[in-house]
Amino acid sequence: MGQSAPSAETPIVMLGRQGNRRLVLAADAAARAAGLRVGIPASKAQVLVPNLQSFDLDAAGDADALERMALWSLRYAPIVAADPPDGLIIDTTGADHLHGGEGTMLEGLVSRMVASGIEARAAVADSWGAAHACARFLARPTFVAPVGQAAAIVRELPISALRLPHDIVDGLHTLGFERIGEVEAAPRASLTLRFGPELGRRLDQALGGRSEPFEPIRSPELVAVRRAFGEPISAAETIARYAGKLVVMLCEELEAKGLGARRLDLLFHRVDNRLEAIRVGTAVPVRDVKRLTRLLTDRIETVDPGFGIELMTLAATLAEPFGSRQIISSLVEEPEPDITDLIDVLANRIGEQRLYRFAPVESDVPERSVRRIAPNAPDDGTSWPGDWPRPPRLLTHPEPIETMALLPDHPPVWFSWRGIRHRVARADGPERVFGEWWQRDAELIAVRDYFQVEDESGERFWIYRAGDGEDPQTGSHKWFLHGVFA
Amino acid sequence: MGQPVASPAIAALRERIACLEGGPARDRATLPFGVPAIDKVLPGGGLALGALHEVAGGRNGAIDGAAAALFAAGIAARAKGKVLWCVTRQDLFAPALAQAGLLPGRVVYVEAGDEAAVLACFEEGLRHGGLGAVVAELARLSMTASRRLQLAAETTGAIGIAIRRWRRQTEATDFGQPTAAVTRWRVSALPSRPLPVPGIGRARWQVELIRVRAGESANFEVEACDAKGRLALFSGLADRSPKARNGPVRAIG
Repeated sequence: MGQSAPSAETPIVMLGRQGNRRLVLAADAAARAAGLRVGIPASKAQVLVPNLQSFDLDAAGDADALERMALWSLRYAPIVAADPPDGLIIDTTGADHLHGGEGTMLEGLVSRMVASGIEARAAVADSWGAAHACARFLARPTFVAPVGQAAAIVRELPISALRLPHDIVDGLHTLGFERIGEVEAAPRASLTLRFGPELGRRLDQALGGRSEPFEPIRSPELVAVRRAFGEPISAAETIARYAGKLVVMLCEELEAKGLGARRLDLLFHRVDNRLEAIRVGTAVPVRDVKRLTRLLTDRIETVDPGFGIELMTLAATLAEPFGSRQIISSLVEEPEPDITDLIDVLANRIGEQRLYRFAPVESDVPERSVRRIAPNAPDDGTSWPGDWPRPPRLLTHPEPIETMALLPDHPPVWFSWRGIRHRVARADGPERVFGEWWQRDAELIAVRDYFQVEDESGERFWIYRAGDGEDPQTGSHKWFLHGVFA
Repeated sequence: MGQPVASPAIAALRERIACLEGGPARDRATLPFGVPAIDKVLPGGGLALGALHEVAGGRNGAIDGAAAALFAAGIAARAKGKVLWCVTRQDLFAPALAQAGLLPGRVVYVEAGDEAAVLACFEEGLRHGGLGAVVAELARLSMTASRRLQLAAETTGAIGIAIRRWRRQTEATDFGQPTAAVTRWRVSALPSRPLPVPGIGRARWQVELIRVRAGESANFEVEACDAKGRLALFSGLADRSPKARNGPVRAIG
């Protein structure tokens, strides 16, 4: 809406027609604070709040936008669906380790949404029903229910977390029920008689007792192949064989389009209407049948076939055109062996961000002088300046040591680290490292003086003093051990 | 082999044994250290390619594994091709490895999280064939696991280096357990020689070759890796004739 957008304090509601009444269908935080809630008539809302801004609800547009957001969320896991009017479902089974665990994944997801102006909350739980309730009632803005404990958490939530129609919730309130656990403890038969089967179904779904299948979203231009089985299959070898056959079919389709796969999703539709999935990624576009089959079969043991699999779908959810490049002739020089396939195998096993190369950064502060880059990033041949000795093992956090040293620029006579006292036989230094004032204000005049010291047994350590030894403003003048030499 | 062969019959027998042991990779290539004293005691005149080697640090080095890492980096730097370095938790400082000749563009690091995953990545790397050397930092290495690694290395010709590193000094006795590794080394720091001026000279190591298949164990005092990953014999000893130094070793063998 640009310039004409109302300020955040203005109460806003979305109005829509239900039957022949105009109702409030959505209200923002300011409107809710002013006492409005979803379901009251539009005229009543306008009377209650004088400066109310109201807009017509565009249900079709909202659904489209939600669909687009679901497509975007495919980057996190292969099984994603829109949950109208305001939710997304992501089945993260087997995908969270690729994003650094469940908590990190949720935080990443929410902060990306916030960056594009969408206020979102997210929760992970054992079932869709439980995650739905946790996301709306517990997430601030993220919440991870420990495995197996989602049911206990859900029992403590109010009844409105059950995805039930308003009249059922109101009816339960009238009967004096407040929490989901209370409803669960009450006899089921009389409740069903009064409110219908919907209540029992929602209760089972939230507590994880009943499965709840959903149709995952697929982008229309997707390259995908599928295979249905007359008899459900479940043996790992059989699954692997058919995965191989699907890869051959997929590669033919990719070849026809001149594409290579960057990400593959293999979905298994089980006879009990549940979905299992394998997702593998590659570092470069790949159309090699053997290599892709290898990546998929590596992960087959993570699939639980249950009572059998009746349909397998293989899709290249991320495909890129093949780039052409010049091949070095073996007559000129020995070609560099290609290790991108090894990188793919390892990345799919342990996670992409745990596979990296180090690259130099122009910084004198040791812990800032390295950065991690992708393992297949081009090699520019740069290295660190080699004129000062650097220890092969660097402690993540420098450890304080006790020392006896002459100020300002002598190395210690002895120091004790982790309870062991070392007499310094020889030392070299100081190597003065100045703080980087453009990074933080605190480093404006901070100084570290590094010494390489050797004890009597020949072991070498990299220690530093915070401060220049004269001016207390430059540092605390405490000593730290930062690394161990050979 | 370094030893003089007694008779053609023995030579023929050795040939047959090697045939049974090594399979297709019988005439295995080696990577010489470039230090004649060390290369002489290793069968084939250097560190066997396509084989598993074990390195551990002595004393505190068993825990921090600093000297062992540099020793392995020196070997990897002299090998051809890319290097895969598998660790449980990352505490390597890449500039130090670059100073031992292992440039950052050649090393891919794998932070596997636990020992089992390190072993799996190690084996995967050895089996791949495009790598020059694969280094892994391990606390435990069973006979079965090391046998698998050795066989994987034999199929491709990559050097496998297992840096043995423990959390506690008491666990380091594990280094006595048998494994299928072709050589086993222990690297410990020695006091450096005093310089005429204040300061520290080039680091010195005591490199113990504890075990080598089809060879004799030996001790060396060397100067640490230079910028190309080469060791050097401690100059005080280099002046001495190598025969006098290795005399007793030969007498036993």
